Amino acid sequence: MSRPLELPRWIEWGLLPLVNLALALGVCSAVLAVVGLPPQQVFTMLFKGAFGSAAGWSYTLFYATTFVFTGLAVAVAFHGGSFNVGGEGQAMIGGLGCALVALSVGEHLGQQLPTDLAAIVVLPMMIVAAMLGGAVWAAVPAVLLAWRGSHLVITTIMFNFIASSLMAGLLVGPLKAPGSMMVETVAFPISARMPGMHEILQGFGLDWPRTPLNLTLLLAMAAAIAVGFYLTRSRWGYELRTVGFSSDAARYAGIQPGRQQVISLLIAGALAGLVGINELAGAQHRLMLDFVLGAGFAGIAVSLIGRNHPLGIVLASILFGGLYQGGAELAFDLPGFSRDMVTTLQGLIVLFSGAMAMVSAPLLVWILNRVGGRNG
Amino acid sequence: MNPAVPAVQLRSIFKRFGAVHANRDITLSVTAGSIHGLVGENGAGKSTLMAILYGLVQADRGTIVIHGKTVAINNSRTAIALGIGMVHQHFLLIDSMSALDNVLLGAEPHWRLTRSRAVVLEQLKVLIQQTGLEVDLTRLVGELTVGARQRLEILKALLRGARILILDEPTAVLTPSEAEQLFVTLRQLRARGTTVLVITHKLKEVMTLCDAVTVLRAGQVVFDGPIAQCSLDQLAQAMVGRRVQLERPDVLKATPKGPVSLAVRDLSWRDPQGTQRVSGVNFDLHAGEIVGIAGVAGNGQSELLALLSGMFRPQTGRLDIEGTVWNSSRWLDPTTARRLGMAHVPEDRHRFGVVLPLPLWESALLGYQRSRRFATAWGWVRRQASRAAAQVMLERYDVRPAQLDLQTSTLSGGNQQKLILAREAMAPEQLPKIILIGQPTRGVDIGAIELIYGRLRAMRDGGAAVLLVSSELDEILALADRVLVMNQGVIVGELMNEAVSEAALGRLMAGVSSLTHAGVQAVP
Repeated sequence: MSRPLELPRWIEWGLLPLVNLALALGVCSAVLAVVGLPPQQVFTMLFKGAFGSAAGWSYTLFYATTFVFTGLAVAVAFHGGSFNVGGEGQAMIGGLGCALVALSVGEHLGQQLPTDLAAIVVLPMMIVAAMLGGAVWAAVPAVLLAWRGSHLVITTIMFNFIASSLMAGLLVGPLKAPGSMMVETVAFPISARMPGMHEILQGFGLDWPRTPLNLTLLLAMAAAIAVGFYLTRSRWGYELRTVGFSSDAARYAGIQPGRQQVISLLIAGALAGLVGINELAGAQHRLMLDFVLGAGFAGIAVSLIGRNHPLGIVLASILFGGLYQGGAELAFDLPGFSRDMVTTLQGLIVLFSGAMAMVSAPLLVWILNRVGGRNG
Repeated sequence: MNPAVPAVQLRSIFKRFGAVHANRDITLSVTAGSIHGLVGENGAGKSTLMAILYGLVQADRGTIVIHGKTVAINNSRTAIALGIGMVHQHFLLIDSMSALDNVLLGAEPHWRLTRSRAVVLEQLKVLIQQTGLEVDLTRLVGELTVGARQRLEILKALLRGARILILDEPTAVLTPSEAEQLFVTLRQLRARGTTVLVITHKLKEVMTLCDAVTVLRAGQVVFDGPIAQCSLDQLAQAMVGRRVQLERPDVLKATPKGPVSLAVRDLSWRDPQGTQRVSGVNFDLHAGEIVGIAGVAGNGQSELLALLSGMFRPQTGRLDIEGTVWNSSRWLDPTTARRLGMAHVPEDRHRFGVVLPLPLWESALLGYQRSRRFATAWGWVRRQASRAAAQVMLERYDVRPAQLDLQTSTLSGGNQQKLILAREAMAPEQLPKIILIGQPTRGVDIGAIELIYGRLRAMRDGGAAVLLVSSELDEILALADRVLVMNQGVIVGELMNEAVSEAALGRLMAGVSSLTHAGVQAVP
């Protein structure tokens, strides 16, 4: 008769994550000390690199944008009781979709219309294409799950490999830029590029360093809000959560669990597909191999730490974006520091805030009771 | 063992879960070699108290004395070492293993399995001979009857040296005859010197079986004494804190039967494994009557409800709901069923009736989430309207605590059941015309039973047709105007209310008599 510990909201959502983060940093300090790096200096530089300057913030938010999409892609599926580890492949095919639109429609319209006008037509089409690409890639595992009960983790992982091979095949073959040695397409036309944040801010007379951070950030915010509303305020979200908690209760309530799972996975795929907009239309301006760079898997960690809640996912994305950016700076500035150390820290954060999220809770409650004394 | 020393003494046991005092200053003493009943409403603290005794939960304060020795029981291993055994309400057996291996599991006397089996088999044979706990040890547990599984659980506990046996709601899943057999066994165990502690709601059983009884209410002992000194009414009153009226009202209102609401013809269903669960069921359900489906659990009643509510689709059959006809090629689904005014209170409320992690107000929408009252045409949930409706449900059906944002899982079984009944009775579009209800009071305390019975009778009097599936004979006798008995998927008999007797029903349920002579043989 062990019941889960019931905690006041402010502890569960406020204090506990911070304590877990601190624990992760503590253990990481020990690891740093063992390899002979000064923990304090490392963390200061990490923090400064990520949040200490406008450029640092920009990069952090750029990475965070990608993580928001992949994190939401995991969370939406998770609320329906399925575990989508196919964000990686869905993002690749999303990128493929947006690249195909950019290189066909974009190229064509760019020659006939003024750039701004063409962009207004082409960019939304690229967004739709990216979402479609991701959704299509999620559709097959989703339908297999709903109809045949195939294990989603297995199928989505396999689809990651298929996506990866498909991309490689296309990029060394039909899509490769002629005459280039690189495994990538030709550059997107100007009209198919997401305006950078620095360009937008310049329009308002603000000086901002030139970074890959682009308008997709707003799209990510909109996606997080939309997912939040979908999950908690719409009857589809209600039905999806019911399926996630109890498919028997769902069937009793006239909800078809398989159908809800397919819908949620299509949404998840579409969200993951939007990574292509941020990374390709926003930063690289071409389709290249491995542009997802593990962001699909990082999304699992982001969703786990963000407790599958859109707001939590946004915060966790900023944390991960900061680690990514700060780590890059560190590897550059601090001799002997390898980026693997950042991966170690990420891993520790996932371990403490995700897998062992409630392990420190009893201790915390005990301390609070002691400190709170009589009124606790 | 000195019989003068009590087997179990609990002194001033306190246990708190958050704001809830599960046990408050509980002191009780169980005479060695007696059968002691522990009764109380759901949430009265009986299960917690036994969990403390078995080491699953630790008391905040208090002393446990076993056979005169003060002990600290921190886990169930300690409890077992002290000679305490527990048979849980939901058996902890592995279906795909043989009965013998289930007993063996975790208590292997030797590392070689063949040798362990031989040793334990010998011990078990002796034990079975002494106690009369007959179980076919070579069979897979999945093939055993519920009664046999329970006997196996008792054997398991005895083999591990239990001298104090705790049984949690032992008769909840048994047929009347199996229950009777269990009582015989328990009396035999008592004669051997085993102390038996029985947790139950069923006061009648306490009166026939137990030597002494302790009644808990709201975590406190409200009655404690030998059975010879108390009456059924007294116990019921102690349990609820007031007088209860469960029996059928003395004057049976001769409610005129209304038109046929639901006509079922030749309904059959095979499960995916190919077993025929429901075969050739025919009956009519009229407006303004309660029809009881009696039967031992697992004889097709659950499946019948699932079919009628649209959750399952039959292989053959025809269903006529006030002129809307369905057949096996075009069967109704749960949403359509609700639209036609059919409410469904499922048997297994945890699995189907509520979504435990959701807050109360969201569980109060379940099944009606598409109603325009609760969601807009665009699919947005109308929070205000939904919460207001849920609030009314909680108040009218006395669901406690009536807090909309509380997790459904925190409600006791009885309150969850009241919530489900409220939701189904107060369907947003129209009042239900047909109510399908399964095991309405399983695991529900006596105060809630009274309310649920009252509401069902009121709905019947209001012209609704009620189909009641229950494995409790008392419940069928108290509520039903007409009784259909199911055995192995077939309706084996129909009794009008005047002809209903416990003995006749019991024989039909057990499958020993058929319709023709059920009413004739009154006494066995």
